[in-house]
Amino acid sequence: MAHSYTPGLTVTEQTVIRRRRQLPLPGTVLVKVGDHVQSNQPVAKAELPGKVYPLNLANQLGVAPDEIPDYLIKKPGEPVLKDEILAENKPLIKWFKTEIRSPITGVVESVSTVTGQVLLREPPRVLDVLAYVDGTVVEVQPQQGVTVEAVCTLIQGIFGIGGETWGTLVMAAQSPDEVLTPAHLTADMKGKIVVGGSFLPAETLAKAKEVGIAGLVVGGIHDKDLRALLGYDLGVAITGTEQVGFTLILTEGFGTIPMAQKTFKLLSAHAGQKAAISGATQIRAGVIRPEIVIAKPAGTVSAGVVAVPQREGIQIGDPVRIIRDPLFGKIGQVSALPSDLQKIPTESEVRVLEVQFQDGQVAVVPRTNIEVIEGL
Amino acid sequence: MSASAHTSDTPTIDYPLNVIVATDCGSTTTKAILIEKVGDEYRQTYRGEAPTTVEAPFEDVTRGVLNAIAEIEELSGRKILDGDRIITPCRDAKTGVDIYISTSSAGGGLQMMVTGVVQNMTGESAQRAALGAGAIVIDVLASNDGRLPHEKIERIRTMRPDMILMSGGTDGGAVTHVVEMAEYVAAAEPRPRFGATYKLPLIYAGNKDAQGQVKKILGEKTALEITENIRPVLERENLAPARNKIHDLFLEHVMQQAPGYKKLMEMTGAPIMPTPAAVGVIMETIAKREHLNLIGVDIGGATTDVFSVIEGVFNRTVSANLGMSYSISNVLAEAGLANIMRWVPFDIDEQTLRNRIKNKMVRPTTIPQTLDELQIEQAISREALRLALIHHKGLATGLKGVQQERTISDVFEQGASGKTLIDMLKLDLIVGSGGILSHAPRRIQSMLMMVDAYEPLGFTMLSVDSIFMMPHLGVLSTINEKAATDVFVRDCMVYLGTCVAPIGQAKDGERLADYELTFPDGRVVKEQLKMGELRLFPLGVNEKATLTMQPAKAINLGQGTGVPVTRDVQGGVVGVMLDGRGRPLQLPADSPARVSALTKWFNAVELYPR
Repeated sequence: MAHSYTPGLTVTEQTVIRRRRQLPLPGTVLVKVGDHVQSNQPVAKAELPGKVYPLNLANQLGVAPDEIPDYLIKKPGEPVLKDEILAENKPLIKWFKTEIRSPITGVVESVSTVTGQVLLREPPRVLDVLAYVDGTVVEVQPQQGVTVEAVCTLIQGIFGIGGETWGTLVMAAQSPDEVLTPAHLTADMKGKIVVGGSFLPAETLAKAKEVGIAGLVVGGIHDKDLRALLGYDLGVAITGTEQVGFTLILTEGFGTIPMAQKTFKLLSAHAGQKAAISGATQIRAGVIRPEIVIAKPAGTVSAGVVAVPQREGIQIGDPVRIIRDPLFGKIGQVSALPSDLQKIPTESEVRVLEVQFQDGQVAVVPRTNIEVIEGL
Repeated sequence: MSASAHTSDTPTIDYPLNVIVATDCGSTTTKAILIEKVGDEYRQTYRGEAPTTVEAPFEDVTRGVLNAIAEIEELSGRKILDGDRIITPCRDAKTGVDIYISTSSAGGGLQMMVTGVVQNMTGESAQRAALGAGAIVIDVLASNDGRLPHEKIERIRTMRPDMILMSGGTDGGAVTHVVEMAEYVAAAEPRPRFGATYKLPLIYAGNKDAQGQVKKILGEKTALEITENIRPVLERENLAPARNKIHDLFLEHVMQQAPGYKKLMEMTGAPIMPTPAAVGVIMETIAKREHLNLIGVDIGGATTDVFSVIEGVFNRTVSANLGMSYSISNVLAEAGLANIMRWVPFDIDEQTLRNRIKNKMVRPTTIPQTLDELQIEQAISREALRLALIHHKGLATGLKGVQQERTISDVFEQGASGKTLIDMLKLDLIVGSGGILSHAPRRIQSMLMMVDAYEPLGFTMLSVDSIFMMPHLGVLSTINEKAATDVFVRDCMVYLGTCVAPIGQAKDGERLADYELTFPDGRVVKEQLKMGELRLFPLGVNEKATLTMQPAKAINLGQGTGVPVTRDVQGGVVGVMLDGRGRPLQLPADSPARVSALTKWFNAVELYPR
């Protein structure tokens, strides 16, 4: 029988993660199984074929496509420099001479006698794939990439923008409900991963860019500030390639929402250590959440459980976060799991659960509107 | 154009089909239904669902299928599974099923890129062929699409479609442009989305004179299939061969790469269909059987599919980024805040609304818990439905670039070729499907969402899919039409009722029409419909009433301005709605007036609990 799916974000002191580091096309793997790697170390590289530039010589020379080979100075396969003559005609009067020069440096890839086109290709670009996390290579797929395993502290966020980066973790906020103001950001935070509290206003985003902060981790931001930061309204949550100067991770959502105590405590405990973060988020099929990975140096790994156990549905006592209004962002514990459907104010009949908050109050919430805070 | 599925490889079954289990493997949930022959008719009896298991850690779609079927086993007491095997045919009254069939849109569905020479001619024809086959079209490349050649190549390279469809040129016409496009595709060396080791399937359905050259250019680099030209002459589209090829390649290549599909294909008794293709088949079947012009919509979390069958011509479009959860934020981006706010019956500040919508995007499985949250979601859905229909109207057109014969009477009518086929006045039925419509707490909410979004004109019936089983019935109809029809009529379609909307405007409170509504029990309501009024009369499922309307001078009910109309109107779980809000629908621009108008309308039809 299938279990109802309860989405949850992992926030845990110690776990084992595996990250596949794949090349976009076949290349060379630079490490072997068992190698210890650092986050900024290349583990595989590939040559990305250069950009292709088509050039219609038949049109430019005013000849038929099948005559093109007669006019070519550079033949298919030959290298060509920018502005070097690629083809020319040979008129009786040299005033009428037409020379076609190459718009790029590269090679002549092919010539078509049907369309009169010549395809030029720029030199390949070398692409390095980095390890991303400090860890051990546990699998090598020849020509394709590797899998790096790390024993680490793992914190998943709900949404992020920007790619992978690294830096020392710095706590800028003193408590999870503190708003991160521009005054919190100082010049010595350049290149670091800065942790805030409940909210990040637009001015702080601007200051972060100015200081050169590598990454920001905070409870929430306003959608309008995100829109201003990106320059467009984000329609679909597929992120990771944005280039706004830093990587941003939200742990709770949109609005002013105190960071979960557990998340804040865990980050505080690792202040001063190196963290690898990624803002990549994908909410459709194949969920990817942004993450903060703090690898454990060899010798500090505590014995015993290292992996997050497989969840078997929600249970009484589970710490949960409410993820929908009117109690959005509140954190409590599951106190009851009634099995019958209950009518909620919208008149929908749904499965619910009861959540008890720290002050002892209890709320009835649809089961789909909570998120288990996972991890040990 | 027709949505009919390619059924050449559908096996013949030589025993009666009395028990059928069908699944739809969606991107998040796998839904299973059990259909049983009860007496002379087929009925949908049990349903089960389970999370789809295409992704890690399972990476095998059949796990989710078996879980969903196991739920049916539990509920029905019928033994269907023997370990990981489905027992076929039935062994006795409580063991096995006669056939298992499935549709799939898991893993993002079938993603295609199409190419043509002229964007609004062969480019559009190729797009229609791909959409009709159930694909999501991720880009349309054409010689005249405004992009520079190297930009086109870059685009082909960065996109990773499951399949490419190339078209261009009429048979016997110039070959240069289509060969040029083949050269671009070859230079880009496109790679498929799944599987690094197999060649990208590419269908060439363009000028037949260029087949040889295309083969030379692309034969080595792609898994090339050549089929008939989709536009052999300018005046005619020939989409079926390309569509059948897409379906074949979908099964042969794309499905083989998706995790667990090989196993799933062995389990099914009929070829697996892409979900939208199956929905298209069922829509077309209804239209044909009832001789109706219809629009069907399936509004999901990520995408909204619109189907239409008008005068027998089938069209489908998919708005890939208009949906109610994953893509909800894109509805806001495309529609704009003001358009969403015009359906919200209270004031809310922009920041709060924007944050709420983004929070739904990042936590797509949540449901509205309070009434105002429900009202906001239903406001957004109106805009998603409206935008998807605009998109559909733009593609469901006559052929563009075709010379039209004109008579002297046409001289003053400068109607361009390629006019949309969607004439709301000719529309008989709107069918809604998808969570927000199928699961609205009150059926009137589904009805009004569709009425507000589509602004039907004159007399239009509305219905919803009860529990989202149209895909299952679509694939079922390819092997047993009676079973599909029986279940569709009895268990799938929920008739909401009829909307009657006079066309035109008047001053608020002015007379739009006098009407006389005669109910089956002989009761007669004789009143006046005024501008700005919304009236609802309960009239049960399978009941008909007679409505006579005498419109005011400038008002049209489909027969011309001021012309009276008498028609039978069909009832449903909601009834007959007289929509006196004018067409086109105009909502007050200022906030207090808008809130007051919406509140009046919503109360008039008891849209929400008070």
